[in-house]
Amino acid sequence: MQMNMVSALNSALDLAMKENDKMVLLGEDIGEDGGVFRVTDGLLGKYGKDRVIDTPLAESGIMGTAVGMAIGGLFPVPEIQFAGFMYLSFSQIVNHVARYRARTRSSISLPMIIRTPVSGGVRTLEHHSESPEVEYAHIGGLIVVEPSNPYDAKGLLISAAHSKDPTVFLEPTKLYRLFKQEVPEDAYEVPIGKANVVKEGDDMTIITYGTMVNVVNNVVLKRNLSATVVDIRTINPLDEKTILDAAKKTGRVLIVHEAPLSFGIGAEISARIAEKAMFELNAPIMRVAAPSLPYPLPGDEQYYVPNEVKVSKAIDKLLSE
Amino acid sequence: MDENGNIDEQLFPNGLTDAQITDMYKQMSFARAVDAKALSLQRQGRFVTYAPLLGEEATQVGSAYATSKDDFVVPSFRQHAVFLVRGFPLYKLFIALRGYEDGASENDTPQKANMTPEIVPVATQLPHAVGVAYAKKYNKENSAVVTYVGDGGTSEGDFYEAMNFAGVFKAPLVLIIENNQWAISMPRKQQTAAETLAQKAIAAGIPSIQVDGNDVIGVYKAVKDALTNAKNGPTVIECLTYRMGLHTTADDPTKYRPDADVEAWKSKDPISRVRKYLEKKGLWDDAKEKQMQDEHSKTIDDAVAKAEAFVVDPKSMFENVYSYVPQVLKDEEDEAAANSFWQGNV
Repeated sequence: MQMNMVSALNSALDLAMKENDKMVLLGEDIGEDGGVFRVTDGLLGKYGKDRVIDTPLAESGIMGTAVGMAIGGLFPVPEIQFAGFMYLSFSQIVNHVARYRARTRSSISLPMIIRTPVSGGVRTLEHHSESPEVEYAHIGGLIVVEPSNPYDAKGLLISAAHSKDPTVFLEPTKLYRLFKQEVPEDAYEVPIGKANVVKEGDDMTIITYGTMVNVVNNVVLKRNLSATVVDIRTINPLDEKTILDAAKKTGRVLIVHEAPLSFGIGAEISARIAEKAMFELNAPIMRVAAPSLPYPLPGDEQYYVPNEVKVSKAIDKLLSE
Repeated sequence: MDENGNIDEQLFPNGLTDAQITDMYKQMSFARAVDAKALSLQRQGRFVTYAPLLGEEATQVGSAYATSKDDFVVPSFRQHAVFLVRGFPLYKLFIALRGYEDGASENDTPQKANMTPEIVPVATQLPHAVGVAYAKKYNKENSAVVTYVGDGGTSEGDFYEAMNFAGVFKAPLVLIIENNQWAISMPRKQQTAAETLAQKAIAAGIPSIQVDGNDVIGVYKAVKDALTNAKNGPTVIECLTYRMGLHTTADDPTKYRPDADVEAWKSKDPISRVRKYLEKKGLWDDAKEKQMQDEHSKTIDDAVAKAEAFVVDPKSMFENVYSYVPQVLKDEEDEAAANSFWQGNV
């Protein structure tokens, strides 16, 4: 069935809730309204208000309550309406969600899925466009995933629903309705912790995820390049083997992400390749990312988010080295 | 019960027996002995930083004693006596105080005592308690959740968010404010312009009361009543007590707290008033006191020995982060293990 990312996620939540009667959704405007992006549309009618909970407007309260629900044996799926507001619950996520298993030597674990829309490119108000993945990946204890297409979105969400670990599930706003794809109506899993080699090529390796997968694919297609493109899909834990194999294969590596350049996911991937595959490279590792500054108001957005031109110029440089 | 051990019969809780009062007396005395030992072991470098409970025994023992086994308790960081009353083994508390997560591991977990471990960031545990209470309601369990916060914690956002959520959910929850008058160096009157801390519940639509937190019977009754009513929704109870000791072993209260302030609370000691009551009834004497203290010493020494016999495996650090060990983390673990976790000399 043809689905966009919103309907794929909705289908995954529906199937997961049907399968596990301990799963409850909680967040702002997720019930009657079906979520501001309609990801939870129709689930209140199907599963009732005890399982699809419209909460008061308080992100830390939502996250802290989810922690308690998980301790109490439920499988909570807290939704934070935008990643820019998730900082109000950052204390709960860092101090408790990420640490509970470690802090209790696994006697208490917190299986849950924290869903939030991320990234920009859709001219929203400020605080609605951030790409905060590194902030959650850096802590340890959180699985962090970010799909780039409807098929992966559904499969990763179902895997997260079967996981015993807390997952931060980042949904790129721009991709919610950007395109449709053939997606099975039944449940299926896309494995967490496994990168996807989107295409194989010989001249360069481009490692990316989220909103940038389409940008990279478009450049490769338009310029008819022979590139290996890797969509990492799971940000933490990294699928290091797939990344290293892809890097060694072509000897030229470009890493592309929408989040700011400095101290980003690209720095982490680049360091791992440098440590473990440096002598199999033919050129310095390169990165394309947003500038190292806070996300601007929407007026400047097109100068900030990496685009096809920026990726294409970086490829020129990578091939000339 | 007042400071001289006199009971107000009209307020006396139904069904509370002298045997139970004696038991609470023993539990409070045990908590005080454990507290003194923990302080001493910290000073010897055998325990890490410790938050003493001296002076707050009635609030902790009275409230915990009112809970049933099926109730769930979400403590803050000072409620050591609550763990003990609920049957959590002392040696596990001591393992935690040696600085190891294993205090909460394997057998005898806090969860077996229907508790979470002690929670250090102030007030962040309160929304957890709401979530556990929601889960109880969802699962149609008849029991409730009891949680604790200090006076300083009532200034935190999570305190207000938790009360607000609990009110909306009609959560079966009893939120105890253990008001010991000091948040490290901040006296209660500088913490808020509100006349009482209990009144903060009014804005969330939750009933609340203040109780003498040094009166173990008063605390017991307030919590028992709130638990009985928990199926109808949450209650906030402010227990007025006093931190006779340090905030933690890293603190020196002589820098900010006048001695006279502490002296004034000595006559309100939560344990001595119960002893007076029991002696008046002929239920207690010096011989019984000595026998009890000897028993407590032995129990505590045994627990210290058992906790100090524990040897940590640093691999546990790596192997309890996720439900599996991801390859990237396994590589780090293997490297550390192959190098004896970097111990030795350069």
